[in-house]
Amino acid sequence: MLDVSIGTVFWSTIAFLAVAFILAKFAWKPILASIKEREDSIESSLKAAEQARKEMSQLQSDNEALLKEARLERDAMLKEARDMKDKIIAEAKEKADSKYDEIVKEAKGAIRNEKMAALTEIKNQVSELSLEIAEKLVRQKLESSEEQKKLIDQYISEAKLN
Amino acid sequence: MLAKNPTAQRFIRLFSALILTAGCLSSLTAQDATREVDGREEAFDAGKMIMHHIADAHEIHLIGDLVVYLPVIVYSEKGLDIFSSKRLYKGDKRHFEHTAPDGKVSREHYYRYADYAMYHEHIYLADADGSISFDPESGEVLNTAVMDFSITKSVFGIFLTCGLLLYLFITSARGYKKRKGQAPKGVQSFMEPLILFIRDEVAVPSIGAHKADRFMPFLLTVFFFIWIANMLGLIPFIGGFNVTGTLSVTLVLAAIVFIITTVNGNKHYWGHLFWPPGVPLPIKFILVPIEVLGIFIKPTVLMIRLTANITAGHIIILSFVSLVLIFSEAGVGAEIGVGIGSTLFMIFMFFIELLVAFLQAYVFTLLAALYFGDATQEAHH
Repeated sequence: MLDVSIGTVFWSTIAFLAVAFILAKFAWKPILASIKEREDSIESSLKAAEQARKEMSQLQSDNEALLKEARLERDAMLKEARDMKDKIIAEAKEKADSKYDEIVKEAKGAIRNEKMAALTEIKNQVSELSLEIAEKLVRQKLESSEEQKKLIDQYISEAKLN
Repeated sequence: MLAKNPTAQRFIRLFSALILTAGCLSSLTAQDATREVDGREEAFDAGKMIMHHIADAHEIHLIGDLVVYLPVIVYSEKGLDIFSSKRLYKGDKRHFEHTAPDGKVSREHYYRYADYAMYHEHIYLADADGSISFDPESGEVLNTAVMDFSITKSVFGIFLTCGLLLYLFITSARGYKKRKGQAPKGVQSFMEPLILFIRDEVAVPSIGAHKADRFMPFLLTVFFFIWIANMLGLIPFIGGFNVTGTLSVTLVLAAIVFIITTVNGNKHYWGHLFWPPGVPLPIKFILVPIEVLGIFIKPTVLMIRLTANITAGHIIILSFVSLVLIFSEAGVGAEIGVGIGSTLFMIFMFFIELLVAFLQAYVFTLLAALYFGDATQEAHH
């Protein structure tokens, strides 16, 4: 155990070095390379995920900005539309008012004309009636004043019925 | 309290039965041990038994009479010889009275085959009559030792460890190729955390991220080699390998660490070693020899620490076994009682040894990495 035997030294040197070289070439090199590769791929995947997350949040904020803009635009459009509506309504109202005024004015004119015509006719008839009444009065004047009065009333009522 | 749970109750009963059996079994082995061959009864020698078990051997003793004989390869003036160790162990076994320098006489034996004689697992060229002779004063063997390149138990353990390493990691590497970029599976998923542990907790903090790559293959190999070899030594019934507790093995590992450190030492490292900056001249004369000694002491310490720790673990467990054997002489009651106690302690020790197996592999790798880091460090002031 504690004495060094040349045979054991000889065999252990050969065996150990042979195994070390074989393992270095066929085991450690591929194993360490694979582990490194896997670690690198995990790291790059994590980085990519982080990048994606960042991009996602960037996109989200972009979206939000876009949404905000859209909302603003919509508001503006709505406002414009409302204004337009108000304007159209106001315009229409104005037009209607003026048209109304015109129609009323026309109607008034027509009414006035009709009224004039009617009045003229009434005047004419009144004058005709007056002439008839006067004629009849003149005809009966002679008989009695009482009778005359009665007669005038009667004529007048007759005339009203006409 | 515990007894209320039927499963726990059953478990306790089973466990006590196991401990009792283990105790009885160890007492049986004890009786075997005291009955030595040749009809002569010899007292059990714990020290001898333990040393025999942790020492290297030319056979693997599995259990009872089940033995695997390993090939013996020797080189001497008689040329290269390869034969099975069965020819030694089952061949000509010679006993003799050995007188130690302190006057203590003990019965020893050696094995002989052809021109060779094996005494305490060391192979010598036998004398003409096939015996070995000792120096009467020092008690050392006078025969010429041969160059023993045998596939001994430790060498076989090294090969086994290397085979396991190759199988485990080439399988893992194949897993990476098959499931490229996917989560690990099977052996691969068991090994990956350990590989990452060596890279991220040992190599990178000690050497620095971009220089660590160069040393990773060695650090990984040495870590898994030591760890698997340590655990191999803890598996019972396969012969009790003591690979990392063999100085020859740790010597090789430490020598490789020393060579890598020295070859990779940069200007800054050698500059600090031979001309420590910011130190008055007289102090330099004291410091430089210490530093130079240090470059040899560091790997030596690595070597001794690993051997000592692993051997100590084996000695403790074997001591508990010996305890039963020793008490067997005091009667069956004491034997079984001590057997149960010893078995409990051994279970505890095995858990500690499992931890030590990992810990020592980790410590060796970490210190090696620190030395490499020292050697490749850039000037920072």
